Amino acid sequence: MEVPDRSLPATTFEDLALPLFDQLYNFAHWLTQDKSEAEDLVQETYVKALRGFSSFQLGTNFRAWIFRILRNSFLSSRTGLKTTVEFDEEEHTAASSEADSSPEQLLLERADRDLVQQSLAALPVHHREILLLCDVEEMRYQEIAETLGIPIGTVMSRLSRARRALRRSLQEDLRGKSHGV
Amino acid sequence: MACERWREQLDAYVDGELPRPDADALYSHLRECAACAAEALERVQMKRSVAVAGLRYQPGVAFREKVRKSIASNQGTNRRWAWMILAVPALSVLVVSIVVYMAADRDKARRHRVYSELADLHVSALASASPVDVVSTDRHTVKPWFAGKIPFTFNLPELQGTDFTLVGGRVTYLEQTPGAQLIYQIRKHEISVFIFQDRADQTLTATSTPINALSFNAENWSQNGLRYYVMGDVSATDIQALSELLRSAK
Repeated sequence: MEVPDRSLPATTFEDLALPLFDQLYNFAHWLTQDKSEAEDLVQETYVKALRGFSSFQLGTNFRAWIFRILRNSFLSSRTGLKTTVEFDEEEHTAASSEADSSPEQLLLERADRDLVQQSLAALPVHHREILLLCDVEEMRYQEIAETLGIPIGTVMSRLSRARRALRRSLQEDLRGKSHGV
Repeated sequence: MACERWREQLDAYVDGELPRPDADALYSHLRECAACAAEALERVQMKRSVAVAGLRYQPGVAFREKVRKSIASNQGTNRRWAWMILAVPALSVLVVSIVVYMAADRDKARRHRVYSELADLHVSALASASPVDVVSTDRHTVKPWFAGKIPFTFNLPELQGTDFTLVGGRVTYLEQTPGAQLIYQIRKHEISVFIFQDRADQTLTATSTPINALSFNAENWSQNGLRYYVMGDVSATDIQALSELLRSAK
């Protein structure tokens, strides 16, 4: 995914913000799980970002800045408030590697995009968002830390748990699928 | 588990966030450990699966256009405001400049009118058969003569040791205001000294710098609530010298 070259002195809000439109919408839709709410969230994000653009320091990370605005807007939205954003890092650590299936089993299902999407959607927001920022947006840990407002150490631990949770979710789906067939 | 410490680094490794020495060490281990290599491969595959599956939602064309227009119009508004922010001080400066210029212009016109009137008074007095109503070279005679004729009093300088001679004085009017006109002489040239009450609305902004008005040299200043005008067909130096004498009169 293309990341705007922040070394260039892009001057207008439009230059910086519009290239991120698709990414912001995708992220918003993943958070809200609803098209209409995603549109409202993106629109709200752009309005807030434009209004606060004067406080944004050119040369710093615009993508992290605007993603943070979107995420904070989501968390303060009705849906966001209803979403249990569970930050207990230990909550999902019980599942250890012995509970995981063999790598081969998951590799067989790698083409099952719907299944991965289903598992992603089922994850708690704080796991879903960090996976999207890291694997879809290809943000560096530092950028994720800025976006989520957490230390890099927390990014690493949360990411690890999110992946473990996704793997577990996929395994359960696979088991259900195989039992159902 | 012997490989635990390697497994802990796998996420950072597949994300490209592991520092080079650690990454090299882990890579060496993966070449020797089939279990860890399989685990690493799975994580890479998971990452790719999420990357593909995560690109799920596309904004509609209409929505994209709506936001784009919204930004453009808002930026337009901001630009208009930015223009206003820049323009308002500039306009203020312009307005102030115009006001100052107009005020200066008004002042200049008024000064011109006042000096014209004073020049008329000066010329008409000299052309008159009796230029002064009180003829005296003695300031102690001239000054009391004005008592009761004008609503103020003033001091006249001692001229001993100077080239100036007091000729006399008369009551005169400037802009319907009564005042004193004193006539001094220097090398057969007459100089008029006009003294009026200094009213705020009539105060001339001119400094005491000598000016040239209608071929006469003139100077004016304000002192003790009185406005002095010195005017004559003499040099500016003479005007200044007499003005200085008047300013220091006690």
